[in-house]
Amino acid sequence: MTNGNNRNEENRGEESRGGENRSEEKSPPAQSPAEPRRPLAAETGKTENPEKSPALKTAAADAETASHSAIKNEPPEISPASAIKREPAKLSPTSVIKREPPEASPQPPTREEKPDLIRAAYEHPLLIRITHWVNAISLFVMITSGLRIFRAFPSLGPKIPERILIDIPTQLTLGGWLAGALQWHFTFMWFFAGSGAIYIAYQLLSGHYRTVLFTPKDIPGVWPMARHYFLFGPKPPATGQYNPLQKLAYTSTVGLGILSLLTGIVLYKPAQFSWLAFLFGGFHLTRIWHFAAMCGFIAFIPGHLIMVALHGWSNFFSMLSGWKRDPEYQQ
Amino acid sequence: MKQKPIERMDDRELTRLSRRQLLKLAPVAALGVFAFPKASDYLIAQGVRFSDWAAGVLFRPEHLAQTYSNAQVVPFERFPYNGYDELDPGVDLENWTLTVEGDVQCPGEYKLSQIQALPKINQNTLHVCVEGWDVVGAFGGARISDFLTLVGANKSARFLEVDCADDYYESIDMASALHPQSLLCYEMYGQPLDRKHGAPLRFQMPTKLGYKQAKYLDTLRVTSVLQSGKTGYWEDQGYSWFGGL
Repeated sequence: MTNGNNRNEENRGEESRGGENRSEEKSPPAQSPAEPRRPLAAETGKTENPEKSPALKTAAADAETASHSAIKNEPPEISPASAIKREPAKLSPTSVIKREPPEASPQPPTREEKPDLIRAAYEHPLLIRITHWVNAISLFVMITSGLRIFRAFPSLGPKIPERILIDIPTQLTLGGWLAGALQWHFTFMWFFAGSGAIYIAYQLLSGHYRTVLFTPKDIPGVWPMARHYFLFGPKPPATGQYNPLQKLAYTSTVGLGILSLLTGIVLYKPAQFSWLAFLFGGFHLTRIWHFAAMCGFIAFIPGHLIMVALHGWSNFFSMLSGWKRDPEYQQ
Repeated sequence: MKQKPIERMDDRELTRLSRRQLLKLAPVAALGVFAFPKASDYLIAQGVRFSDWAAGVLFRPEHLAQTYSNAQVVPFERFPYNGYDELDPGVDLENWTLTVEGDVQCPGEYKLSQIQALPKINQNTLHVCVEGWDVVGAFGGARISDFLTLVGANKSARFLEVDCADDYYESIDMASALHPQSLLCYEMYGQPLDRKHGAPLRFQMPTKLGYKQAKYLDTLRVTSVLQSGKTGYWEDQGYSWFGGL
């Protein structure tokens, strides 16, 4: 009971942080443990008119509507939560209304009508979650052991004369010495490559990549989002699981992963993959590319972690369970 | 496109569901073994074994490593001297012989002149250190495969072991030893090997890392069994055995 109550409070904290337009909402006074959960005063995202958002319009226009037209005119029907909870594929029409013109949309039930139910979206399929965490661990190992390997020859120039580029503190490194670091590196490169390959294959085969792949139509949305994050500008309306800046970041990491793998193959077997070494400009230049890819990851990770921290537990938990409570976007 | 649904569900139900999903992440948690030294030591030892196996599979016996023009070779004075201990173990160059033993028809002592009588190969190839640096050097010598033919070695044996005058020791796989660019090197930059570079005879294999290129060769052994704990000076301390490029 106490546990449940804590969760309610967390949830509420989440929403009050959700956006400036709702900043006047206040959490109700702390409930006693015995008190049941209360619906919120305003429904999240309920007041947003999708037509106001150009990005959403684009998304709606872009969406394939053919498969949904059949159920367009069916009346809204609220399945009991117990019936739909495990099968995201079999949906009540509420799941597809985002493709319809707003005036024709059957609205999902509000908190007032169904106080027991909360909104939740199944954001991350199981394979994405598994590969995310395998990749996170692998990347941690690859970077820390890689820094230790770099420490053996901390230069990107010639051996003679050797100029030390940077003295990496050993506390940041893994493996203890060059051989130990290489063992970590040569072990986790397989996990890194494997999880990356499964991730990309799954994204492409399932079509899920369309939620996260950065495309030219996302370009106009990058600056407003960056202005919001870094310059305290107004928050652009959420139109999907990821905003354009997120898509840019996540798509870039896939590029970085591919770059670090290909350059890593060259550094590991430059003679066997001499054609690949040639493409990167030889062994020496490949080492610089490999280092640059790591720098890219090092630039991404703190930003990613800060954003996860700022967006709170519900957001973090979605990468464990797949489900996100009260997503900001409306669908 | 299949979009993620937004559903309405019971709060507790979501939590229950989440927990169940969390359990499915057990394999990921299993990767947390690197927190425990024993488990992680085992894991990375297996990882290196697997990598060495994969490296052996990837090795293409006929594929030549890149060679470079004379203009691309670094000057001799910028080719690093690298050794694990004493750079000049004081080999008696006058009376030096290479001892050949193991799975060969003609074991015994071989003079440098016998090796120099084999077809001479000159090649400008990349020397890569496991530390990460690389230099293009000019090397001259006889093919290891030619010498193995000379001594009547069993080329279907699995390994070549060498002992060195500085107590260094190494072993390489037969496929790499038979590679056409794998040399018993007695010349660098057109000059007889100098003492610090491993005079009078060293390995020079552009398909292997620097620590496999044993210097001051003393004994060469053809075998199919490697003694554990005696596979190579650095390898026994944790470096990859295959060490291929």
